[in-house]
Amino acid sequence: MSEVKEKKYKAKDFASDQEIRWCPGCGDYAILKQVQSAVAQTGKPKEEIVFISGIGCSSRFPYYMDTYGMHSIHGRATAIASGLKTARPDLSVWIITGDGDSLSIGGNHLIHLLRRNIDTNILLFNNEIYGLTKGQYSPTTPEGSHTKSSPMGVIDHPFNPISLALGADAGFIARTVDREPRHMKDIFLQADEHKGASFVEIYQNCPVFNDGAFNAYTDRGLKDENTLFIEAGKPMTFHKDKKGIVLDGLKPKVVDLTSDEYSVDDCLVHDPSDRTVAYILSQFFDNDKSADLPRVFGVIYSENRPTYEDQLSNQVELAIEEKGEGDLDALIAGPNTWYHQ
Amino acid sequence: MAEVKEKREQITVLFAGDSGDGMQLTGNQFTSTHALFGNDISTFPNFPAEIRAPQGTVNGVSGFQVKFGSSRIFTPGDAADVLVAMNAAALKANMHKLKKGGILIANTAGFDSKNLKLANCEDENPLESERLEDVMVYDVDITELTMAALEDSPLTKKEKLRTKNMFVLGFLFWMFNRSLESTENYIKEKFSKLPDVIDANVSVLKAGYNFGETSEAFTSRYQVEPASLEPGTYRSVMGNQGVAIGLIAAAKKAGLEMFYGSYPITPASDILHELAKHKNFSVRTFQAEDEIAAVTSAIGASFGGALGVTASSGPGIALKTEAIGLAIMLELPLVVVNVQRGGPSTGLPTKTEQADLLQAVYGRNGEAPIPVVAARSPEEAFEATYEAVRISVEHMTPVMLLSDGYIANGASPWKFPEASSLKPIKPLYAEKTEEEYMPYARDEKLVRKWAIPGTEGLEHRIGGLEKEELTGNVSYDPDNHEKMVKLRAEKIDKIADYIPEQEIDNGSDSGKVLILSWGSTYGAVKTAVEDLLKDDYDVGHAHLRYLNPMPRNLGEVLTKFDKVLVPEMNDGQLIHIIQSKYNKRCIPLNKIKGIPFTSAEIVESVKENYA
Ligand code: SF4
Repeated sequence: MSEVKEKKYKAKDFASDQEIRWCPGCGDYAILKQVQSAVAQTGKPKEEIVFISGIGCSSRFPYYMDTYGMHSIHGRATAIASGLKTARPDLSVWIITGDGDSLSIGGNHLIHLLRRNIDTNILLFNNEIYGLTKGQYSPTTPEGSHTKSSPMGVIDHPFNPISLALGADAGFIARTVDREPRHMKDIFLQADEHKGASFVEIYQNCPVFNDGAFNAYTDRGLKDENTLFIEAGKPMTFHKDKKGIVLDGLKPKVVDLTSDEYSVDDCLVHDPSDRTVAYILSQFFDNDKSADLPRVFGVIYSENRPTYEDQLSNQVELAIEEKGEGDLDALIAGPNTWYHQ
Repeated sequence: MAEVKEKREQITVLFAGDSGDGMQLTGNQFTSTHALFGNDISTFPNFPAEIRAPQGTVNGVSGFQVKFGSSRIFTPGDAADVLVAMNAAALKANMHKLKKGGILIANTAGFDSKNLKLANCEDENPLESERLEDVMVYDVDITELTMAALEDSPLTKKEKLRTKNMFVLGFLFWMFNRSLESTENYIKEKFSKLPDVIDANVSVLKAGYNFGETSEAFTSRYQVEPASLEPGTYRSVMGNQGVAIGLIAAAKKAGLEMFYGSYPITPASDILHELAKHKNFSVRTFQAEDEIAAVTSAIGASFGGALGVTASSGPGIALKTEAIGLAIMLELPLVVVNVQRGGPSTGLPTKTEQADLLQAVYGRNGEAPIPVVAARSPEEAFEATYEAVRISVEHMTPVMLLSDGYIANGASPWKFPEASSLKPIKPLYAEKTEEEYMPYARDEKLVRKWAIPGTEGLEHRIGGLEKEELTGNVSYDPDNHEKMVKLRAEKIDKIADYIPEQEIDNGSDSGKVLILSWGSTYGAVKTAVEDLLKDDYDVGHAHLRYLNPMPRNLGEVLTKFDKVLVPEMNDGQLIHIIQSKYNKRCIPLNKIKGIPFTSAEIVESVKENYA
């Protein structure tokens, strides 16, 4: 294992020589830029960084990063990264995946990586559509949506990725959006900083097959009233502090802070280590349309628990301590031998 | 009493009882003692598919067949000289396996009306069957004798009854004049925290032995001298154990850490269990969420510079197929072990078959050749595994290692090698040079170099999309694709230059009939050929370890015989490959019953086709 080396990088040091092949206007460009900027800022030597992706538009990502990388097969980036990180805990491993890749064909590996808590950064580019196969609905496409494979409207109930990650006991759960470059970078840095599996859902616009899916959270005129950017220790207010979130029992509700009835002091204060708060925030989702809750962006949950690879390394060390470094001749001979004349 | 000790060269014993009767343990102890004594030996455990099949029924019968002798032994025997039947179901299921003139030891308590009913034998007690006319039947109330021996033991009745297999074992040790010492030591170690259990098991073991000594009923005792094995130090090994040890040894010799991704499946799980015990060899075992994660995590580990290994059985291998294709594209080491069982689908999980050969050689999308190596027996599994790893690492390719249920659970003495005598395995690492790094540049073997993350200046991206020659960049160029397909195939073909030529295992190297075998049919064929040679038949035996690519001289070997007989535990798979590759008509001999060939079946087929 190498000692800690810090290097001075600029974002462009992480751009590879490959021509980028996403459609013009695709949200992936903005994400790529912020990832390059974030990894440069971490100062980690680029030879110790690996990007693993599955299949889908976003999964071309590793080709554009001048690090080690693998563009693997559909849905399996999480499983490949699990093996890589387990064998090489010293590497910094990033997983690039999409809503089809990690929530449909690769759903199983995603939840198991999260429960095992393998120290990787998972960037889930959620565009609520299958882009690479040209426009079928995905496991995050809202019900009723008309797509190529749902001409009469989607009848599949969509996943709420944040709830799924919470349910799988992920140790770090965050959401960001492709139109907020600074926020993205900050979240990427926090995800990288977090020791354990970090799950980051990124709302990513696909202008070709699902344009405007996240308009409510990105459009100048709409985003203020529809988004809640949370930070640890800060009260949950939004819409230029005109609105806030208060708890009515266990039920969150939006209150008007311009009236006399409520003030900032009444608002729920974010504590990313509080599972109950995280659960409540995860429910700020379309399922309960009547509640009219804003969509949450930021680190929703963060908890430190031992990583899988560290525990395995500990077992290896303990085994060596107890039995001594493996002696091949003793292993081959086994406990019972006899000599034949 | 008068003791008649009859000298025998080989003896086959079949222990059969309810799955709760401890027949596997009895068989294993019987085996260790004979191995320690110096006999050559081969075993075949045969379990029911259900973990706890209904007690007393034919479906719940568990068997353990063992053949030992003073000459070389290659199979667990065609038929039994001695059958131990703990109940009616066990006898009903195994009666036909007893030789004429053989000995049956029947536990009479297992033939009461309840047991007869459970075995569906109310109309005819199998003990009274005509088939037993030429058999020496010894009725022994093992249950009662066991209880009597434990009169003073503080154990419960149920616990006491559990020791009755020790009575059987003790009695057979008397019959074959063997020491109780090794089993006594085993009992003491296994139950070290339960002194009452030790006492009970040892008492019953001795009671069984003394019963032979004192009972007037028994006149036959046998003398089986130690075998004339090659001098050296031996151990007993089971196939799955041989694979696990082979993997660790090869990884260590290659200077690699091993990562083993695996999902539980019969009959491959014991490899996982064995490897998980050896973390002090820096073995990292990963019990994955499914078969796909098992193989893909191993690929991730190989990308990171470890030796990625995964194992499964047919259905699990089917699930891994896409990922094996990825490893072919990535040109990384990956060892995939298939412990074959009866198929298709879930098939016969606890029975053996060789029906995944075509899957191993051809079963992937696209043009996707990989090397295939097959183990032939428990004692050879180590070497076959070692070879699979060597080829995978030195040729940067996924390799399929085929074993099967028969090899996996069988045991035999193994004259094991010293670690220092094992062939070196040399990974070919990429290093930073003045020139630009080309991930898909190749050496004279057409092998690309392994660039390990963490190496400065070798940052590169690989993936499942078609690669441009040299750079490894994504390429959709038609000429490049054709070139790459051919290059990948040629790389595998070239491995034939780095494996031994095909040898004749036994018999003549030209003549009338060649028996061409692969995998676990080795023992039955070996035994058959020895018998045929004694009777002056003009036969030769070639056994294939390398199934892809095949040894360079194989075509030549085949042309030297008038006829080639290909016995397989499938409906004809190797024969299919051989006939299409070498344009030589062969004679199929197929058995698809989930049980291995007997040597008699091979002998018979040779005789039929000899004219
Ligand atoms: S199809 Fe959509 S997601 Fe894919 S590259 Fe084009 S814009 Fe981006």
